[in-house]
Amino acid sequence: MSTAIKDTQKMIEEVLDAYPDKSKKDRAKHLAANDPSGQCSTCQVKSNVKSRPGVMTVRGCAYAGAKGVVWGPVKDQITVSHGPIGCGQYSWWSRRNYYNGQTGIDTFGTMHITTDFQEKNIVYGGDKGLDAALHELKELFPLAKGIGILSECPVGLIGDDIEAVSKRVAKEFKYPIVPVRCEGFRGVSQSLGHHIANDTIKDYVLGKGQLDTSTPYDVALIGDYNIGGDAWASRKILEEMGLRVISQYTGDATLNEIAIATKAKLNLIHCYRSMNYICRHMEEEYGIPWMEFNFFGPTKTYDSIRKIAAKFDEKIQKNAEDVIAKYKPMMDAVVEQYRSKLEGKKVMLYVGGLRPRHTIGAYEDLGMEVVASGYEFGHNDDYKRTYPELKEGAVIMDDATLYELEEFTRRLKPDMVGSGIKEKYSYHKLGVPFRQMHSWDYSGPYHGFDGFPVFARDMDMTVNSPTWDLIRRKKA
Amino acid sequence: MRQIAIYGKGGIGKSTTTQNLVAALAEAGRKCMIIGCDPKADSTRLILNRKMQNTVMDMAREKGTVEDLDLDEVLLTGFKGIRCAESGGPEPGVGCAGRGVITAINFLEENGAYGDDTEFIFYDVLGDVVCGGFAMPIREGKAKEIYIVTSGEMMAMYAANNISRGVLKYAQSGGVRLGGLICNSRKTDMEFELISELASKLGTQMIHFVPRDNEVQRAELRRKTVIDYAPDHPQADEYRELARKIADNKNFVIPTPITMDELERLLMDYGIMEKEEAA
Repeated sequence: MSTAIKDTQKMIEEVLDAYPDKSKKDRAKHLAANDPSGQCSTCQVKSNVKSRPGVMTVRGCAYAGAKGVVWGPVKDQITVSHGPIGCGQYSWWSRRNYYNGQTGIDTFGTMHITTDFQEKNIVYGGDKGLDAALHELKELFPLAKGIGILSECPVGLIGDDIEAVSKRVAKEFKYPIVPVRCEGFRGVSQSLGHHIANDTIKDYVLGKGQLDTSTPYDVALIGDYNIGGDAWASRKILEEMGLRVISQYTGDATLNEIAIATKAKLNLIHCYRSMNYICRHMEEEYGIPWMEFNFFGPTKTYDSIRKIAAKFDEKIQKNAEDVIAKYKPMMDAVVEQYRSKLEGKKVMLYVGGLRPRHTIGAYEDLGMEVVASGYEFGHNDDYKRTYPELKEGAVIMDDATLYELEEFTRRLKPDMVGSGIKEKYSYHKLGVPFRQMHSWDYSGPYHGFDGFPVFARDMDMTVNSPTWDLIRRKKA
Repeated sequence: MRQIAIYGKGGIGKSTTTQNLVAALAEAGRKCMIIGCDPKADSTRLILNRKMQNTVMDMAREKGTVEDLDLDEVLLTGFKGIRCAESGGPEPGVGCAGRGVITAINFLEENGAYGDDTEFIFYDVLGDVVCGGFAMPIREGKAKEIYIVTSGEMMAMYAANNISRGVLKYAQSGGVRLGGLICNSRKTDMEFELISELASKLGTQMIHFVPRDNEVQRAELRRKTVIDYAPDHPQADEYRELARKIADNKNFVIPTPITMDELERLLMDYGIMEKEEAA
């Protein structure tokens, strides 16, 4: 075992020492020193299990995964939060999934629609109220292409039959009404919500759309939620390569796009965690191959462009080289501009989905090093994909606690931490440069060639802002 | 003011027994109230001589929320001044009746339905303790006494034991105690001895053995208690006796529920299981 791994293990043990025995034993399984070779058996973290009570996990719930991540961005469907007001209200438009369209006319992404359960709905059931809400929505928004019903906890507790209501009303409206059983108490994190949402795409929408013409270059862009315009940046590259993006899952997506993904020749998946389920299904049922790619930072983007092109003919492969040649000078200029200011800076990441591994290359392009990375709700397969991306001895964290994050920060002294809104303000108080890396801190896009200059600028702005020195001075 | 909850297996005769014994208490001049905790809303029919029309939850649904309700809309007075309220709730198969019970009881309490001069409040609770809502009447600050209606039938005894487990849980966290088993006879073999023995295993008493009599049925058909319909009938005296025993009861315990095996052994000891097997 290398010294780097041993040193990190020693540091992790020190941090864990503050815990009572039982918590220590449990948390030890979720923290490890990275071994890029994947050979070291003690370097594998345990994941996707119930959070330990008292650790103040920052995980979300199944509803968050199904509504906030997967179904929420579909723009011409009305997404109804079925239950009391809070879940819908506090998850309202928090992910900044951009879309084109006239909100309230033909698109509904930024709207918050709920059945607003009252006591009587709990006691007498919410089915009648749901039925009434669906009819009101049909009248108010005649251009909607479908309705999604996203269950909040009480719906599952009282056993409302939302499937029966959906079936009946869908027949009447002649469009999809998708009942999503994403009650928050199901599963250990938002991850199950992604899976449940994928399953409802499969059961209620997939394969039922119209695509008039087909080309050999049809692809679907899966697992891109268009946060701050990410999917648009990714789509642009694919189109310049000569591919035709027939479907985006689910950023800026229409219901028809969701339905016609089965016509794609290749499924390109960015966020593996939230959408691998539907890719596997399309592979098994429709024989559509899928591949993962990474459009964060020029190195990974060039690499992904070439790998995608390799799945097509020489024309596409030539286009790919042309695209890379076209953008490379611009990317080099960005690196040139920022690298001197960011070289050698250390980054700690604690996020979700694809970011803990996919953004590493972008930081490295700027000369930065990711010294610790972790997932809120990752599974074993996410970590397997992460180990080779990080240096030996980097800290791997699963479902980390605020205490652990703070302690690792004190010891690793990162120049920047990228995590979520719940961590943001405690880091501000610590005087550590911080970026909210779930929705790019109100910035973006970060994907592709459009995104990298924004990413580089934002990281520079964060790490080198004079504000942090003022905070630290005040503390001293 | 004594708050008393009556539990027991579905169909065992909780509502009938409760209304008859409350009628007997009222007849003796005691101020009583019955709160039906069952969406069927049939806990006060014999006292009001008709089915309660305005249950708390039904009225709340009609008006929007419980906050819009007036107490006198849902609180009616029946036989000998007995005050009656029903929680109401959904038809079978939808919604959450347990939540209805919680909401209704909170409403009645917050709006002073219990009054100052009420001596006995009886909660007549649906079936077994099926979820938190149906345990509402025995939570902190509510009923302190529980009586379980049972018979010599295996499943009724099983339910009685199960309810004792619920009582045990709330006895440990609050002040609720088991006051006894009421045997509502089904004329099964050795019923008196069996229920007496079950009661002693549970650490309590069989407070009264109510014999089976068709007069109860005849009174019920006329939407009346026996006390009201046939006050001179011997069955009326049985209910008066039950009422007196409950009023005078001092024997309140934390129950000691038994295991399923022990319950089966009990039935075997009294030769009931054997007899069944031989037959």
